Amino acid sequence: MNVLKNLSQDKLGITSLIFIVVLTFVGIFAPLIAPNDPIAVNMQLRYASPSWEYLLGNDHLGRCILSRMLYGIQPSVLWVFVALAASVSIGAIVGFIAGYFRGNVDAVIMRICDVMLSFPVYVIAIAIVAILGVGLGNILIAFVLMKWAWFARIIRTSVMQYVELDYVKYAQAIGMSHPSIIVKHILPVTFSDIAVVASSSMGSMILQISGLSFLGLGIKAPNAEWGMMLSEAREVMFTRPELMIAPGVAIVMVVLAFNFLSDSLQVALHPQLRQSNQSQQKLKWFKAPAQHEKEVVK
Amino acid sequence: MGIYIMKRMLITLPLLLAVSFLTFVLISFSPMEPAEVVLRAQEVPVITEELIEQTNEKLGFNKPFIVQYFHWLIACLQLDFGQSYVKNAPVWSLMGPAFMNTFKLTVISSFVIIAFSVLFGVLCALNERTAVDRLLRALLFGFTAVPAYWLGAIFIFVFSVKLDLLPTSGMDGAKSYILPVTVIALGYIGLYFRNIRSAMLNNLNEDYVLYGRASGLPENKITMHILRNSLQVAISIFCMAIPIILGGTVVIENVFAWPGLGSLSISAILSRDFPVIQAYVLIVAVAFVVFNMMSDILNATFNPRIRDGN
Repeated sequence: MNVLKNLSQDKLGITSLIFIVVLTFVGIFAPLIAPNDPIAVNMQLRYASPSWEYLLGNDHLGRCILSRMLYGIQPSVLWVFVALAASVSIGAIVGFIAGYFRGNVDAVIMRICDVMLSFPVYVIAIAIVAILGVGLGNILIAFVLMKWAWFARIIRTSVMQYVELDYVKYAQAIGMSHPSIIVKHILPVTFSDIAVVASSSMGSMILQISGLSFLGLGIKAPNAEWGMMLSEAREVMFTRPELMIAPGVAIVMVVLAFNFLSDSLQVALHPQLRQSNQSQQKLKWFKAPAQHEKEVVK
Repeated sequence: MGIYIMKRMLITLPLLLAVSFLTFVLISFSPMEPAEVVLRAQEVPVITEELIEQTNEKLGFNKPFIVQYFHWLIACLQLDFGQSYVKNAPVWSLMGPAFMNTFKLTVISSFVIIAFSVLFGVLCALNERTAVDRLLRALLFGFTAVPAYWLGAIFIFVFSVKLDLLPTSGMDGAKSYILPVTVIALGYIGLYFRNIRSAMLNNLNEDYVLYGRASGLPENKITMHILRNSLQVAISIFCMAIPIILGGTVVIENVFAWPGLGSLSISAILSRDFPVIQAYVLIVAVAFVVFNMMSDILNATFNPRIRDGN
């Protein structure tokens, strides 16, 4: 495909993509790859330095850090991706309805989005955890509940660009049903915009969700998650600072990879961006709603 | 202009109502029976069905939902958020000081963010595509990927423990602001300086710059003009940053043991102190809406095109 060809010319982009794909496989097959049991406590190996059996050493309970890191990919990255996919899907459906049908439906949907976007994501995540209890699932629910509004708004703007085009009007004129117009004629052209928006929020979502896990609101012990591993490491930070390294570096690398990929994807999907800075103007709608910037909370 | 402000404020009112209603609905999903919770908080030894009935009667918990909402809303407008279940004190007496602490941290961080975003943005724009531009952009891009709590912990380890220069945590004089403000700022500068940079670059291609050059204006004067026009972006960033940081300091406050809203809300969650959580959600959401409104109004003041567009 053209996009992949464009992407493959961008070294940073393709490296990030490969890194993410490999990470995903490692995360899914962690039980087969991990050298040790991630929750096996061995007090004799407390704070042991790296060895051939435990490549990254052992934590305060003598658990294998490498295995915990590998098992941690699932909650730290893969589940975040699932939550992102869910909220983008809801946002896309709502955004398509609002942008395609316009009128009162659009007005109502946009007002609902305004209300949803009035709450900072962190605050709602905290409220939902307060009601449903501590757990990664509840945090993910909170993110899906809040983030769709933002995606809906951006996707609506994208859809509105295409609804007015002649070929869509022609399709309407020959009596094609609305759902098939949306699926056949609008979804394919807006897909690139959706991909860019989604990939650009993946990095910040990983950071935010790991932050909530760090606060102890996410995954429950003894399961491994990078944010929680950092929170455990913080307890012994003054005596064993090296425990902070692995999970922290992992988060930075994954977030960087997603951010690079998102930038490269944007260029690969809109090659005119490469030519000059000025043509970024053409994509202004993409940055348009002030709320967009607002959601990039760290 | 006056009409724009009026319009913008009128839109805000229903939004605030909707936000407060959603907050009320959200917390009413909590699994505990309110009367029982109130009785527990008052340390009533034996809680009987009868007593619960009486409390329901007294506090209006058996009234229709919408009536309860309005009672609650009116109380909230008078800053009466009820009694904390855990600390046996009015919620506002906990919330007020915490809000001020978070607000101070937020405003100071915003100033730092704006100062450095402008500095780096201008520096990059004036040196576009040189080593300075590339290096700064790479560095700041990198910082946006670093978890704030991790950076905070590293800073504490380096500057407070190893070098013993700054306090590790708490809110104790000007020095205790340095680390949290730096950590917050580093995350956001990377997002915002890009806007300043591209605003500067866009301005470089405007007609007035060409005209200035054509009429032989010295280059530094032209730069001043560009800078003035780009500062509009800076103002809107400043207004946008305040609500974002206000809603996002939870993690930082936790790392630095800052006695603000974030710390308060986390301890409230872990002890299921619902009135505190409810007040927290409401206060931050209202602040968020109000600051957004102010940022729109300020933007419109400086940029008539937005005003007329509406």
